Amino acid sequence: MKIHEYQAKSLLGKHGVPVPEGQVVNTQNEAMDVAEKLGGNVVVKAQVHAGGRGKAGGVKLVGSSSEAAQVCNELLNSNLVTIQTGSDGVPVDKVLIEEIIDVKKELYVAFTIDGVKKKVVAIVSEFGGMEIEEVAENNPDKVLTLELDSSLGASPYKTRKLASFLNVDVKQIRPLANVISSLYDVFVSNDCSLVEINPLVITGDGRVLAADAKITIDDDALFRHPNLSEFYDPAQEDPFEKQAAKFGISYVKLDGDIGCLVNGAGLAMATMDVTRSSGASPANFLDVGGGADESKVSEALKIILLDEKVKKIFINIFGGILKCDIVARGILDASRNIDREFPELVVRMLGTNFDEGREILMKSGLNISLVNDLKEAADSLKSD
Amino acid sequence: MSIIVNSQTKLLVQGITGKEGSFHAKKCKEYGTNLVAGAVPGRDGEIFDESVPIFDSVQDAIDSTEANTSLIFVPPHLRADDAIIEAVDAGIQVVICITEGVPVMDMVKVSSYIRDKDVILIGPNCPGAISPAPKVKVGIMPGDIHIPGKVGVVSRSGTLTYEAVGQLSKLGIGQSTCVGIGGDPVTGISFVDVLEMFQQDDETEAVVLIGEIGGNREQEAAEYIKHNFKKPVASLIVGQTAPKGKRMGHAGAIITGKDGLAEEKIRTLSSAGASIIPSIADIGEVVKEIV
Repeated sequence: MKIHEYQAKSLLGKHGVPVPEGQVVNTQNEAMDVAEKLGGNVVVKAQVHAGGRGKAGGVKLVGSSSEAAQVCNELLNSNLVTIQTGSDGVPVDKVLIEEIIDVKKELYVAFTIDGVKKKVVAIVSEFGGMEIEEVAENNPDKVLTLELDSSLGASPYKTRKLASFLNVDVKQIRPLANVISSLYDVFVSNDCSLVEINPLVITGDGRVLAADAKITIDDDALFRHPNLSEFYDPAQEDPFEKQAAKFGISYVKLDGDIGCLVNGAGLAMATMDVTRSSGASPANFLDVGGGADESKVSEALKIILLDEKVKKIFINIFGGILKCDIVARGILDASRNIDREFPELVVRMLGTNFDEGREILMKSGLNISLVNDLKEAADSLKSD
Repeated sequence: MSIIVNSQTKLLVQGITGKEGSFHAKKCKEYGTNLVAGAVPGRDGEIFDESVPIFDSVQDAIDSTEANTSLIFVPPHLRADDAIIEAVDAGIQVVICITEGVPVMDMVKVSSYIRDKDVILIGPNCPGAISPAPKVKVGIMPGDIHIPGKVGVVSRSGTLTYEAVGQLSKLGIGQSTCVGIGGDPVTGISFVDVLEMFQQDDETEAVVLIGEIGGNREQEAAEYIKHNFKKPVASLIVGQTAPKGKRMGHAGAIITGKDGLAEEKIRTLSSAGASIIPSIADIGEVVKEIV
């Protein structure tokens, strides 16, 4: 689960990581008050989950409280379109107003989990304020990655080593190491999958401040962090994905016009690939999950059909536990409960009760091509 | 002898009384697996499916039945991670955790705890392992699609593995052992661990490796194939059409860095000498060429 910058900063604050002075607001009057208190010279930052916010005009420096109010008003009534959002963008419901800080040096500090090493890793660079992938590509010797043992945590010597690597004044090493250590605490005590501070700033007067903060929480661990669940912001989610999540269906919207309904995440990705290689374009990723039943198949179809672009649906089910007749009944149920015209279906299903499932579909009167394997399916998708 | 699960397997199921656990324990037994015990705290003395004794702890189950392999269905909030540790501490040699949704940090701790221990951990969030010749299934895959043979299959995904097996069996190409290592960011054994076992296994003559976007475990496998693996490998990478930064169902299937891209994985595997399967529809055809 992604959380907003202001929420991430509140977590940082709880763990003793210094952040710039500021406050989140959702009206221009509040913005005026907060900017006034901070002396008028402030930065106004749109709170959205998408990256690429700065370049998209979501972060602005202003010179007075009235200007802050005006910028805030513009942002609050808009959808921000960044390189990471679709063309509709994401709504800006909150804006963070912060003091402008006197930046002497911008650093990069992040914690994440390395699946191959099976450990938490710290990644630091003295080249903060830019994409870390670019730094790693162009200046690999300026990026240091250290593994941290889960029982030892962030050993003081390791945090000092990380801090020393950042080419800062020798007097800065200890305070910087302390901040790195606190960031590790944020990571483990909140079951994060990412804590990224870019930039971590050293100010002219020698303070260390987290000027930005990107935190992602492990969805699978939310059950033991009821306080973090409150950070969930449904407005930032795609409405179709939200609807799917209600039914335990994993759905990701894409740009094409072939809806895909599949059981299993791996097979769902492969089905998208087959669709694309046939020359067609998938409208979505959809995994109905292992324990799918008739109603889940039906709901999945309804969600696919919320997307008006969908003109054909490719159903690919490898039935082990999920029986084919159940899938067929789910299709029928959806076709009876949908307002729009039911599109052509390309159905490939395998496994238990296949004959029964086939008969139900044949008799249904729906426009269905039943195919035997994925090659045939690809041909059917190609045909127009 | 087949790898991981074979005629020596004596199976214990942790969480055998739950909905999933009981359903699949029965299916494993029906397939031919020697199911010797169940373990559920507080249910000591009960009998599962008319013949399988249930014990309070894994240790008790081992003491009475000499179980050596455990299949775990314990849900995350009842601490699947602890169920793994319990099995390892009791001396179980093969632990297969089916549970979906185990917090990643728990698996980091489990991995650190078992690092120097003599145990094979598969999963979590995996379909398990099956060896068709000795008729041993320890997992949730449909048994009837498998036929005995010489091709080893290793994958991060469940239904995708079934699809691969289905195509192989249809062409009469049997399997030695099929292993699903799981789709989470941190799992037990890796592609490389399974390849090492296939290397030593006389029953396996070729391997199908099915990877997906996210992480860099396929690159790790490619490195091993290039320098150490002596048998032919056919490889499929799925997620070529997946956009960056979007999680595709599996917690691990999300493209973050360059290594996570499908084309990067395909390039590395191809230069390591693996035959690339261009699309899922071609699995059977490509494997036919290498066996």
